[in-house]
Amino acid sequence: MSFSFDIYDFTSFTKWIDVSLTSYCTPFWAMIWEMLIIGVAILIFYAVVGLFLVYAERKVCAFIQNRVGPNRVGPYGFIQTVADLVKLLFKELVTIKKADKFLFNLAPFIVIIVNFMVIAAIPFAKGLHAVNFNIGIFYMMAVSSMGVIGILLAGWSSNNKFSLIGAMRSGAQIVSYELSVGLSMITMVILAGTMQLTNTYDPVTNQVLVHGIVDLQKDGWFIFTGHLPAIIAFVIFLIAGTAETNRGPFDFAEAESELTAGFHTEYSGIKFALFYLSEFMNMFIVASIAATIFWGGWMPFHLGHIFGDWVSGFNNVMDYIPPFVWYIGKTFVIIWIIMLFKWTFPRLRIDQLLTLEWKYLLPINLINIILMALVVLMGWHF
Amino acid sequence: MTEEISSVVEVDDQEYIINFGPQHPSTHGVLRFVVNLRGEVVKNLQPHIGYIHRGIEKMCEKLTYQQIIHLTDRMDYLSAHMNNEAVCLCVEKALDIEVPERVKYVRTILDELNRIASHQLWWCSFGMDMGGQTCYFYGLRDREKILDIFEETCGGRLLLSYNTPGGLMWDIHPNFQQRIKDFIKYFRKKLPEYDKILTGNVILQERTKGIGHLSLEDAISYGVTGPTARASGFSCDVRKNYPYSAYDKVDFKEILYTEGDTFHRYLARMEEMRESMKILEQLVDNIPAGDFTAKMKPVVKLPEGEYFQRVETSRGELGVYIISKGDKFPYRIKFRSPNFCNLATMNLMASGFKIADLIAISGSMDLVIPDIDR
Repeated sequence: MSFSFDIYDFTSFTKWIDVSLTSYCTPFWAMIWEMLIIGVAILIFYAVVGLFLVYAERKVCAFIQNRVGPNRVGPYGFIQTVADLVKLLFKELVTIKKADKFLFNLAPFIVIIVNFMVIAAIPFAKGLHAVNFNIGIFYMMAVSSMGVIGILLAGWSSNNKFSLIGAMRSGAQIVSYELSVGLSMITMVILAGTMQLTNTYDPVTNQVLVHGIVDLQKDGWFIFTGHLPAIIAFVIFLIAGTAETNRGPFDFAEAESELTAGFHTEYSGIKFALFYLSEFMNMFIVASIAATIFWGGWMPFHLGHIFGDWVSGFNNVMDYIPPFVWYIGKTFVIIWIIMLFKWTFPRLRIDQLLTLEWKYLLPINLINIILMALVVLMGWHF
Repeated sequence: MTEEISSVVEVDDQEYIINFGPQHPSTHGVLRFVVNLRGEVVKNLQPHIGYIHRGIEKMCEKLTYQQIIHLTDRMDYLSAHMNNEAVCLCVEKALDIEVPERVKYVRTILDELNRIASHQLWWCSFGMDMGGQTCYFYGLRDREKILDIFEETCGGRLLLSYNTPGGLMWDIHPNFQQRIKDFIKYFRKKLPEYDKILTGNVILQERTKGIGHLSLEDAISYGVTGPTARASGFSCDVRKNYPYSAYDKVDFKEILYTEGDTFHRYLARMEEMRESMKILEQLVDNIPAGDFTAKMKPVVKLPEGEYFQRVETSRGELGVYIISKGDKFPYRIKFRSPNFCNLATMNLMASGFKIADLIAISGSMDLVIPDIDR
């Protein structure tokens, strides 16, 4: 098979890698090589996005706060975060007396591993995803909620009361908001009728075996086709997702002004950097999921044929923008919204946080699911 | 350390003790609260002070009255001018000197500018305590304009030392009046921004209303003064009740609320900024011509006796009590600092509330730690 690279469809490219590898070695070793390639690719992507997000956050908050932000290292301070990372790499790793050393060292890795596991399932572009499950959404929900274990371990093993309070707050917070995130995703699963993220095709006939959520949004993103219940679910997902990432008005686990730095008070150097990076990647993951299930992921903006025949021309123009650009663009719009939350609102109190979840978001969510089921049953969606 | 504390404070087996400070982002200095917590709820709170005690009162006993001024800057550094003025007024009272009208006007203007600058810094750090980090930069941006005015006229930005017994160090800068007028015009536009980002925010209101209630009785019996007391309905404004400098010539309102919770302490300060601007507007165009200092001997010796003068700083009532034996040094000088008395009510207000409320309450008290320890 000859080399082919299509920016609009990565299927042929990945297939080319597979075919060329199997022509050199046994299928087993080809698989091992593929795993390695994917692992390294995700690692690089993770690092690049993480560094860029730290830079973006600094710039966004600087613009909100009438400041300039980093502007000395590199053009527009673009490699400031790299410089910071180098600094953190060379810093001393302080170990606390009477801390549980094993758990203390393990905690940052759990947080990072969880991030990787979620990123593996995200479809970045057509044919560009590491795994494609029939339970993709369920997998993401299940895996992403494991991040709290890392935070709890960090707080518990630090032998510091501030860390412990932060960890306990985080536990209460993530366990509660997991519900809202899950239920708002289920709302969209009802509309989609599938939990798989991208289509699977029959290798021979090239027919669609299972529909994926992204491909189903070809004629309109779910936030438009699902109208009212989808919009409600989106807003709830955004609020709960911000809470899940321990950010913005919900940064209780850190709560700088109350708990100094919360669960990572005792971490220094690169271990702190791992927590810091994972916080930003969590934000990226939440934004990715929101973009995928509400805004169509890498799917270009298409108008349905109910608007008339002229839309096919418009859709063609939209198709010229590569899917990866669509995906990154949507994700960063949502990241920007989440950043605005953080730099605008004061922090809630822990009991208000739980009140918001259990008394408002959860009941609204349950009603919304029924509403969505009704919409789907009656065929009121587009 | 923990064993030592638990022998002092009663702890049941559900409670644990945590140290807030002396190094903590929200104590705004080296103040230490030993807090008994039950989960997140504050059961008991003991302030421990003295981490920045410099013995200012003792040092004053070996300094001339002109030199003392420079030490008072270092007490409540955010109302440096008011502290200077308190000592000057006390010395002038003792010597029975009438300072020129011009001095009185300029002092009052600087008082109010300093009050606005102080409240701006309080507002932005309060916003940060509540988790709204953007407030900090809004507040500092506008405070910079006042500091520029100070720099031009006084030479200093934070520690002014512009007063001297008998008058001012030197005359005001020619730009002084114009810059103040520009500032008022500017800040009238910017103050609504503060309300937009913080006061009107539903999260802030939910977090501060009904939290940390201080009753009128407690405010009076603990000697609480300043906006903290006025939010509880205690009319204690020295500017109004015992006018000094040019305060008898201006028309302004004493901000009084009866609720006494964190939100009304917040509102009291916000309203005070508006009142201060009103005072500035009345004075800035009417600074009379004349000398910038009364005729003074180079060495000031106070006649034997005891003298007391109080002024209203941004945080409350500052009293200066001087005992003189007729020397050029005071025999004993005592400062009644507002923050020290205000701090005593912390346990009263914070007990029964959560950690986050403790931070909100101590933020709304606007404590300046060097003023507590002196």
